[in-house]
Amino acid sequence: MSDPVLQVADLDVRFGDVRAVRGVGYEVRAGEVLGIVGESGSGKSVTALAVMGLLPPHARVTGSVRLRGTEILGAKEKTLTAFRGRTISMVFQDPLSALTPVYRVGDQIAEAVRVHQKVTAEQAMVRAVELLDLVGIPNPGQRARAFPHEFSGGMRQRAVIAMAVANDPDVIICDEPTTALDVTIQAQVLDVLKKAQKETGAAIVMITHDLGVVAGFADRVLVMYAGRAVEVGQVDDIYYRPRMPYTMGLLGSVPRLDAGGRRPLVPIEGNPPSPAELPPGCPFTPRCPMAIEACAEAEPPLEPVNGPGHLAACIRAEEIARENLSPAEVYDVAGEVRGRHAATPEPAAEPAAGPAVRAAPTPREGREVVLSVADLVKHYPLTKGAVFRRRVGTVHAVDGITFDIRRGETLGLVGESGCGKTTTLTEILELTKPQRGTIAVLGRDVAALGARDRTALRRDMQVVFQDPLASLDPRMTVYDILAEPLRTQGRRDAGTRVRELLDLVGLDPGHAARYPQDFSGGQRQRIGIARALALEPKLVLLDEPVSALDVSIQAGVVNLLEDLRRRLGLSYLFVAHDLAVVRHLADRVAVMYLGRIAEIGDVERVYGAPMHPYTQALLSAIPLPDPVKERSRRRILLEGDLPSPAHPPSGCRFRTRCPKFKALTDGERVRCVEVEPEVRPLDVDQGVACHYAEKLEVV
Amino acid sequence: MAGFLVRRLLNYVVLVVVATSLAYMLAASALDPRANYEGRNPPLPPAVIDARLDELNLNNRTPLLARYVTWAGGVVSGDFGLTVGGDSVNDDLRRRAGVTFRLIILGVFFGGFLGVAVGAYAAVRQYGWFDRLTTIGSFVVLAVPVVVIANVLILAGVWFNGLVGERIVYVSGEYTPGLDAGLPGQALDRVQHLILPTISLSIGLIAIFSRYQRNMMLDVLGADFVRTAMAKGLSRRAALTRHALRTALIPAVTYFAFTFGSLLVGATITEKIFGWHGLGEQLIDSINTNDVNTVAAIALLTALSVLVASLLSDVLTAALDPRVRVG
Ligand code: SF4
Ligand code: SF4
Repeated sequence: MSDPVLQVADLDVRFGDVRAVRGVGYEVRAGEVLGIVGESGSGKSVTALAVMGLLPPHARVTGSVRLRGTEILGAKEKTLTAFRGRTISMVFQDPLSALTPVYRVGDQIAEAVRVHQKVTAEQAMVRAVELLDLVGIPNPGQRARAFPHEFSGGMRQRAVIAMAVANDPDVIICDEPTTALDVTIQAQVLDVLKKAQKETGAAIVMITHDLGVVAGFADRVLVMYAGRAVEVGQVDDIYYRPRMPYTMGLLGSVPRLDAGGRRPLVPIEGNPPSPAELPPGCPFTPRCPMAIEACAEAEPPLEPVNGPGHLAACIRAEEIARENLSPAEVYDVAGEVRGRHAATPEPAAEPAAGPAVRAAPTPREGREVVLSVADLVKHYPLTKGAVFRRRVGTVHAVDGITFDIRRGETLGLVGESGCGKTTTLTEILELTKPQRGTIAVLGRDVAALGARDRTALRRDMQVVFQDPLASLDPRMTVYDILAEPLRTQGRRDAGTRVRELLDLVGLDPGHAARYPQDFSGGQRQRIGIARALALEPKLVLLDEPVSALDVSIQAGVVNLLEDLRRRLGLSYLFVAHDLAVVRHLADRVAVMYLGRIAEIGDVERVYGAPMHPYTQALLSAIPLPDPVKERSRRRILLEGDLPSPAHPPSGCRFRTRCPKFKALTDGERVRCVEVEPEVRPLDVDQGVACHYAEKLEVV
Repeated sequence: MAGFLVRRLLNYVVLVVVATSLAYMLAASALDPRANYEGRNPPLPPAVIDARLDELNLNNRTPLLARYVTWAGGVVSGDFGLTVGGDSVNDDLRRRAGVTFRLIILGVFFGGFLGVAVGAYAAVRQYGWFDRLTTIGSFVVLAVPVVVIANVLILAGVWFNGLVGERIVYVSGEYTPGLDAGLPGQALDRVQHLILPTISLSIGLIAIFSRYQRNMMLDVLGADFVRTAMAKGLSRRAALTRHALRTALIPAVTYFAFTFGSLLVGATITEKIFGWHGLGEQLIDSINTNDVNTVAAIALLTALSVLVASLLSDVLTAALDPRVRVG
């Protein structure tokens, strides 16, 4: 085996008294991909910046970073600049801010070339155009003259990759390179990275929180927790034979796109420790289901378990290996669920849950419609000019969508950014007459509502927003936050109800006197849910309620939402971009593209056999946290970016990117170009807006 | 791009016309040139006063609008009318405008450049001694009125001269009258006179701009693109100047237009204290002497210079920021 190109040993990073990274070590060889996985605050990004020497000056870094045998930690700036961008380069998370806004994209890439190579400006520019071509930017010669703001997010990330490979580096560090991108764009960018790696033969260190991204991409995986490496091994070992309870928890808590049926997720109890106050011994002790007394005594070292390449930092790893315990066994999933229900009264004794539980098995048609949206349209004027604003166009944010939600069911409204899902939700929240079409909540047309009816209806329809902190007033205690809606409705027994609510969402009622900022992200979202439930609504609109949370926390909130729906007989409109979460929560799903519904129907059917080419591409773009499946999957890569909603293509809006359209004959294409397809039912509860829909299994 | 500037220019011209017209009307109705003649001993016959005032287009018995039209007609053809003394406003103005603009241009130049440099450096060394020192310094400067600063400068200049035992800086006037030292000697003499007023004028600007630039710079220092630049292999210094400072300059340039107006006011005080005979001094004098036409002319000149400053900052912004150019 070749020598490692990058060797990191005993890396320690301190910010003042806080140890953000504690003794991390790894090595990568040419052509190898190492995935570094961890949740926010695990120290994974700090590790990457420390390796590059890009941490702010007040960070204290110790340990060793050897690049091709040369120690670069603490090296002079001259040595570092000679290595950076040439031997080791980096791709950052946020492509929108990674390029200097005032220079042309081509010039910025040429600059990377000229820093390290003695070439003329023209030669560098030629190389820049070649690189843009390599990363798949159409019309590279022309696009090189564009400024960053003229590029979409995906294109900017390609440009950053072009810059990173400009000097044929030996190591590329990618810090969450696709986190800020939509899934279909993520698939494109991952593809480009693979290509760039092939071209350069570089080693890649891929840092991510997404277990799916590394599964198909990495050769080896390192799991970080509380600033340390807690498990390292071949990708298959980590995914199929994890030996450290944290890794197991992480794997169990990811919602799976490929898992049908409502399997509850396995949340990890508690929150990751703050690096400023680590618990003694194994930092995972407070959350670990297998913790024993010895765990809190000393931090377990990273030691080999079953085989040389696989290391885990857990005193019970041997035991787990011997008994070959699965994540489900370690976390005792069934017991977990049983425990939850034991804490609450018997289902039959719950007055609110009673009818709902019984109602659930009734077929869809028999249940009452709680929300019906028909032919909803929302257009925004596009204006220009500072003094004299003039209308220069129309943004077709939502352009005629129809769906309904029946009692006790969840409809997932999914799509990439700009598809109109959030606009739809805001329109429904308004409870006023839409520009076109009708919205009826609990059977009442909102266009015909008087002021008093509208207030009454507001009580029955509540909303939970994405950012829990932004939607909770920081100056109010949790008690006040929850009591406020009760008081406005003139309820006297606020105190009892607040306690009930906190208990309902799994928070300690004793904490009612605290302020939102004293709670962690997951707990704050629970407060947001409790507030929404205060007035016993029938319909809850959920706007990306879990997308700001780490997976281990997200799982708990997802389970809670599902649990509440069942117990209280709620109906949800669940707006999300994460299709895996939607599969876990939703009964039905509507996939939106450019303001229209592309496909709608039963979750199992839509995920199992999607018929619209866009749904197929979308689903196939989502990486699965399963290395074997990932390696054998065929991805449908969409070309290009989302067209602007101000100028949607004629006929079928998806035709500019539709893989199926490309395969059609010219005669068949005419229909796609000229006739806008309406959603038509093609199967039991599965409707598709495509003239040439057919089933395809992609997950 | 050109269209954008033309649109801007049109907007500004409209604003200048409105502003000067209002200034004229205000001056013409608030000031009372008749009083200059009525108080005389022996008293002048009213008919003589009227004739004199009519000649100067200052007669308040003529309707305001009519006077305005006469005045505006003259301005359009480049004639600002007559002073209360019957001289041409134009001649007087030309000389004094030269004096003031020399001061202001130098002040802006030093104020802008030093302010940006100080602010940028302070941001790069945030919480270092330089940053702390300039933070305290600029707050002191901003808190103390210009009058006090200028007088402190005069004291300091005198003290300095005493220290070196020679007159290096002059504390009053534009030049030494009757100096016979040839052209280079005269130039040196003017520079020696310029030093203190320039400092007095630019020190406030430095304080404001350094604060502003420091904040702008801090915003971009943590920006990803600066990290990207360093990840490419650029040295920290190159990344900071070529990428961070270059981007952080844009808002400062926009800000420049706003400060220009306050600079004109600051110049008035500085002129008065250092004994320079500029526009500021003239403005005050002409208000005292009820010299409507001069007041209006100075108002027009001020508005025009603000227009030029704004246009300049638009051009600079467009040159620095492609998002403005393309968008
Ligand atoms: S050392 Fe103990 S607490 Fe830590 S992971 Fe292992 S069993 Fe859990
Ligand atoms: S209607 Fe045509 S373009 Fe649209 S999705 Fe179907 S095949 Fe593709």
